[in-house]
Amino acid sequence: MGDLKREVLQLLENDSRLSKEQLAKMLNVSKEDIAQIIEELEQDSVILKYHTVINWDKQSSPRVRALIEVTITPQREFGFDKIAERIYRFPQVKSVYLMSGSYDLCVIIEGETMHDISFFLSEKLATLEYVNGTRTHFVMKRYKEDGVIFSGEESDKRLVVSP
Amino acid sequence: MTVNPNSFINEKVRKLPPSGIRKFFDLVSQTEGVISLGVGEPDFVTPWHIREACYYSLEKGFTMYTSNYGMPELRKAISNYLKKYQTEYNPEDEILVTVGVSEAVDLALRALISAGDEVLIPDPSFVSYAPGALLADGIPIPLGTFEKDNFKLTGEELRSKITSRSKVLLLTFPNNPTGAIMTKEDLEVIAQVVEENNLVVISDEIYSELTYEGKHFSFAALPGMWERTVILNGFSKAFAMTGWRIGYAAGPREIISAMMKIHQYSIMCAPIMGQKAALEALKNGESEMKKMVQSFNQRRNLMVNGLRELGLSCFEPKGSFYAFPSIKETGLSSEEFAERLLTEEKVAVVPGNAFGESGQGFIRCCYAASVNNINEALERMGRLLKRL
Repeated sequence: MGDLKREVLQLLENDSRLSKEQLAKMLNVSKEDIAQIIEELEQDSVILKYHTVINWDKQSSPRVRALIEVTITPQREFGFDKIAERIYRFPQVKSVYLMSGSYDLCVIIEGETMHDISFFLSEKLATLEYVNGTRTHFVMKRYKEDGVIFSGEESDKRLVVSP
Repeated sequence: MTVNPNSFINEKVRKLPPSGIRKFFDLVSQTEGVISLGVGEPDFVTPWHIREACYYSLEKGFTMYTSNYGMPELRKAISNYLKKYQTEYNPEDEILVTVGVSEAVDLALRALISAGDEVLIPDPSFVSYAPGALLADGIPIPLGTFEKDNFKLTGEELRSKITSRSKVLLLTFPNNPTGAIMTKEDLEVIAQVVEENNLVVISDEIYSELTYEGKHFSFAALPGMWERTVILNGFSKAFAMTGWRIGYAAGPREIISAMMKIHQYSIMCAPIMGQKAALEALKNGESEMKKMVQSFNQRRNLMVNGLRELGLSCFEPKGSFYAFPSIKETGLSSEEFAERLLTEEKVAVVPGNAFGESGQGFIRCCYAASVNNINEALERMGRLLKRL
């Protein structure tokens, strides 16, 4: 079951819209088995969400994204977790990682305008207790995200028929 | 005086029938919006680290000839790699790097055949063996393989085609177009006939990495067979490197040096860029290759299950990336079926008899295609089947 689970996850990670029927055929198991595996994975919070990678720039509603390096003072008993929570609860915050190296938290934030981000930064993030400093890097262009290349799939260049 | 240039053409070449695939290719090329299951190569582009290694070698100025045998480092790497099939070859003089396995097939046939020698070739199989034998003045003798035997070559079939002129046996497993494999036990039976009749074996194992139930077994690993076997293999299928044209032959020094004689005068050496890339593939390519094999396996299941759901009898292919369903129930010939599927539903498959007479009544469906295209192609095929 372990290998099968992993294969289901790998397939869904790449295309979450694969139906259970499709998965069953590809992995040569019954549809019921697939349904059960997926249910278990969802219940165990292994599968958290099925989301879509969108190129918003193409929808003429571009979004502004920034990576913020945050240095903080860890709190007694809670370490970094409490302060991370204070940060990740803001809906503008897309990702938060605890990092090794010269800063502590890597915060990825998204807004519709640059103003949104600077507002969040100056009003919310920088003023939090225990936050010692921030450095903000705006994203200029997205080339690849979550394994997806934004310039599009490479076309099939093979001859249509070959021996 | 008007000259017919055709009169200049060598008689052997003139008489060589054109490839059945070529005809079909022209037809497909004229049709728009085709979903193709007719290709004979992976749908992956060569993994980036391999392409990148080639860039680097160009930057460094590796643009010269190599040894006729191929770069020593590459031969060493190939020698190491072949140990996984329990076969040992000395990189000094028992391995020859060629321009794809196609060149290696040609070299092996030319090096081994004398005029009139019979070459035993499983049927159906890849299109170039029989013409290669003819061009080398040999006589190709087809060995039928059948659905009832899972398209394996049987000892009885081989025995029944042996004559006093039998010289070479070609082994073509995992097989294109059927997807059949031969296990160690299957090969032991063949080895006995080979030994009894003093045959020499050319074993084209280009699909050796693409097996889905158990590991490939190399014919040369059987006791007593190493001395009478040339193994052909390459990078095209396992590492998605078809266009690089790098293959190799491995065998006893005497046979390899005979092949090398022809190779040095006709080719000189395989291109260094491809050899550099091949070296990177062997050094660091295993993990990406395994992912590709897993992905082929998923699509194999999808294709075979899908074809069976359409009511077609489809033997389970255990190697390569082709499914070979029977369309005999439709009453159409392979060509008729493939042509109607193309013109009416715009799906390209290859008629089974393009690979030999025993392929009549079958079509080759390559599942190195995207999941969406496989689904769509199956749906279209279903529509055609309903009308028949």
